[in-house]
Amino acid sequence: MFSNASNFVQGVDMAFAIIVGISLFFLITLTGTMIYFVVRYDHKKHPEARQIKDNKWMEATWITIPLILVLYMFYIGWEGFIPMRQAPKDAMQITAIGKMWKYEFQYEGNKVSDTLVIPINKAVKISLKSVDVLHGFSVPSFRIKEDMVPVKDNYTWFIPGELGDFDLFCTVYCGLNHAYMHSIVRVVPEDQFNEWVAYLPEKNADAENPGYKVMEKNGCFACHNTTGTRLVGPSFKGIYGRKIKVMTDGVARELIGDDSYVETSIYEPNKDISDGYPANIMQSYKNSINKEDMKLIQEYIKTLK
Amino acid sequence: MRKETKYVSYLDYEGQYKGIFGWIFSTDHKRLGLLYLYAIALFFFVGAILGLTMRVELATPGETIMKAQAYNGVFTVHGVIMIFMVVIPGLSAVFGNFFLPLMIGAKDVAFPKLNRLTWWILIAGSILAIASQFLREGPPDTGWTFYAPYSTKTGTSVIIATTAAFVLGFASILTGLNFIVTIHRLRAPGMKFFNMPLFPWALYAASWIQLLATPVVGITLVMLIFERLFGIGFFNPDLGGDPILFQHLFWIYSHPAVYIMILPAMGVITEVIPTFCQRRIYGYKAIAISSLAIAAVGFFVWGHHMYTSGMSEQARWFFSLLTFIVAVPSAIKVFNWIATMYRGSINLQAPFLYALFFIFLFIIGGTTGLILGAVAPNVQVHDTSFVVAHFHYIIFGGMGFAFFSGLHYWFPKMYGRMYNLKAANWGAIILFIGFNLLYFPQFIIGYQGMPRRYYDYLPQFQWAQTISLIGGIILFIGFFVMVGNLVRGAKKGAIAPANPWNGTTLEWTVPSPPPVENFDEDPIIKSDPYDYK
Ligand code: HEC
Ligand SMILES: [Cu+2]
Ligand SMILES: [Cu+2]
Repeated sequence: MFSNASNFVQGVDMAFAIIVGISLFFLITLTGTMIYFVVRYDHKKHPEARQIKDNKWMEATWITIPLILVLYMFYIGWEGFIPMRQAPKDAMQITAIGKMWKYEFQYEGNKVSDTLVIPINKAVKISLKSVDVLHGFSVPSFRIKEDMVPVKDNYTWFIPGELGDFDLFCTVYCGLNHAYMHSIVRVVPEDQFNEWVAYLPEKNADAENPGYKVMEKNGCFACHNTTGTRLVGPSFKGIYGRKIKVMTDGVARELIGDDSYVETSIYEPNKDISDGYPANIMQSYKNSINKEDMKLIQEYIKTLK
Repeated sequence: MRKETKYVSYLDYEGQYKGIFGWIFSTDHKRLGLLYLYAIALFFFVGAILGLTMRVELATPGETIMKAQAYNGVFTVHGVIMIFMVVIPGLSAVFGNFFLPLMIGAKDVAFPKLNRLTWWILIAGSILAIASQFLREGPPDTGWTFYAPYSTKTGTSVIIATTAAFVLGFASILTGLNFIVTIHRLRAPGMKFFNMPLFPWALYAASWIQLLATPVVGITLVMLIFERLFGIGFFNPDLGGDPILFQHLFWIYSHPAVYIMILPAMGVITEVIPTFCQRRIYGYKAIAISSLAIAAVGFFVWGHHMYTSGMSEQARWFFSLLTFIVAVPSAIKVFNWIATMYRGSINLQAPFLYALFFIFLFIIGGTTGLILGAVAPNVQVHDTSFVVAHFHYIIFGGMGFAFFSGLHYWFPKMYGRMYNLKAANWGAIILFIGFNLLYFPQFIIGYQGMPRRYYDYLPQFQWAQTISLIGGIILFIGFFVMVGNLVRGAKKGAIAPANPWNGTTLEWTVPSPPPVENFDEDPIIKSDPYDYK
């Protein structure tokens, strides 16, 4: 009756079905009664209303019955939830990192991937981290969801029970491309998984550069990359020494990329707007990037020729 | 076209100021009620148009009529307008101002000048909110919840939007204060608390929430503004802040805020049902006390908005249990309303039809709230369109339909004229159909995982988005039928008698429209306000 996509489907769907059942019962009987009264006691047929006194027992019944029912519904909701907090000790560890607007999954040995590939029938525990703002980690088919909060160690765990690809959505609003923060959870047989992990590349070599780290922490790579292709904003590649067309207070002009241009672009992004890119998308980092970090960023961008 | 009256009605009265100034400088609670009505109707219209543009955008996957940034601005501003400028002031400012003094036999509210100032504050806040749309930085794109740390980082005009919400909060606090004092001090001689009609009771409970909870969100928004201006690290983890703190502070207000709007809505329904059944309300005391119970317990359930934020198991347990408990007093009210219809003499006019629709939609909104309140199902539906559907059933299906019910109920008293009864019923039916088509499909795709605040979506959700758009269009047709009929009624409708529905509460004992000072003679207080004998 319930899908076997993960070990939580049954608990969640069961609680859902019971509450929906109780709700439908009340919706139908109460609406039915209401319609019956409206037809039966229409003023044309029933011109004289009967004034009826309050009845204490009646009131007591309809306080007690709902009270018992809600306590029961609370209980089944809670019961379906407890296992979600009881990850087995030997579960496979993966860290999921949310950043504007993509996921990165770190496997053992500093290996990273942007899809989450996992072996079937094995418990996985996923530590949830974020480098910039709040994100969500939601796999509806598995009935799991938990927020990714900067500097907070949230987690989720599950045992996948069906092979295939499942949608992973960001559920906490995180800015411009929130709706595109989507990835795939791919459940594969164990041998296939082992092969896949073996070929997974290690993390980007630039990742150790202090300037890169500052930018990663501030979420710059959501809108910029280092390879020369355009994202939301221009690529960092080759800014230094290049002629750049900008709009300054609505007037087009040209300048040469240098330290001061990079600094203005970061502290006052709406001052010189790069031609062909939208204004007001990039915020000012005046409060979050200090002069020293600025130097690191400049040094790093210089290396991207 | 004025109605000829032998007395000076509040509409005809000419004081110190003439024309429009006679309205905006008026301290008459009835004129202020109408001023609120017009302002809020205008805001509602703007918010609804924004809502419709979102539905059009979502009609097909990918870009339909706007870019992602524009969409993010639209849903934020839709939320800010609808929550802070429409539903929170809504019922209490319009009908509370107009009818609270009338129903308790008072000449005005306790602080008429403060009341006038409150309307101006609302307008000032609203101007700020609307200005945030047009500033150079672009409309705020945080969602109406202003969640940190995104709200501390985005380049859009968050400061002005939060300032607007802060200012609007003052309007809410002052209305609450005014009503509490009015109810304590200005009840007509002989009227005890338990002789009051139930709409004043509901306003009383809601006013306490307005007074006590609103300052929390005010402070929170000021903290956010300071963080953006001066880099003080309250919420941004890069500066040593805690983003979860923001969520707690925000919901400590914003959950009770739901009751600020729904309690007066329940109050309106509690007035309409006995009148159109010609029967005393069943369970007067239970209804009065359940309003207070909802207000009190409602302060301690805010965590159900944060189950997935990484809260401890104990906290999830606690908030879930209390969320279920707070459902009971609402259920009690529903049972009492339906029991009041038993053996009544029912006249199916527009106010009552809206009340029936209210009960139906409120049951759906309430029971889907149970699904959200239960911890395991919540994991599945949290932050999906299921939540969107749920709170629209409560806020629009509940508060909105109660507002329409109250508007049709008290309209003849407010304007001294009657609208077309048949057209009013048709308006209600069209709105009801459009509403359900618009929001019900969102429950289904929500359970399947469609996240909220998504500019784009996977093709498997399109069927529901299309039905929703059709529902949205029908809803708009319903608005035009309803508003057209009311405007026509106010201008050239038949003259309304003092008590067209044969109601028993005090507002029906004075002429329509009421005289400037409400009661020319001291009202006679009955011990049971719903005495039909
Ligand atoms: C939300 C998307 C976004 C983020 C995040 C972002 N930027 Fe930008 N950035 C842009 C856009 C769009 C432009 C082009 C428009 C402009 O000049 O303002 C831009 C322009 C720039 C430029 C000028 C580039 C050129 O070739 O003209 C630099 C340098 C820059 N950003 C650095 C950064 C740094 C460093 C960070 C992180 C601290 C960052 N950006 C974060 C969107 C972003
Ligand atoms: Cu997101
Ligand atoms: Cu809530």
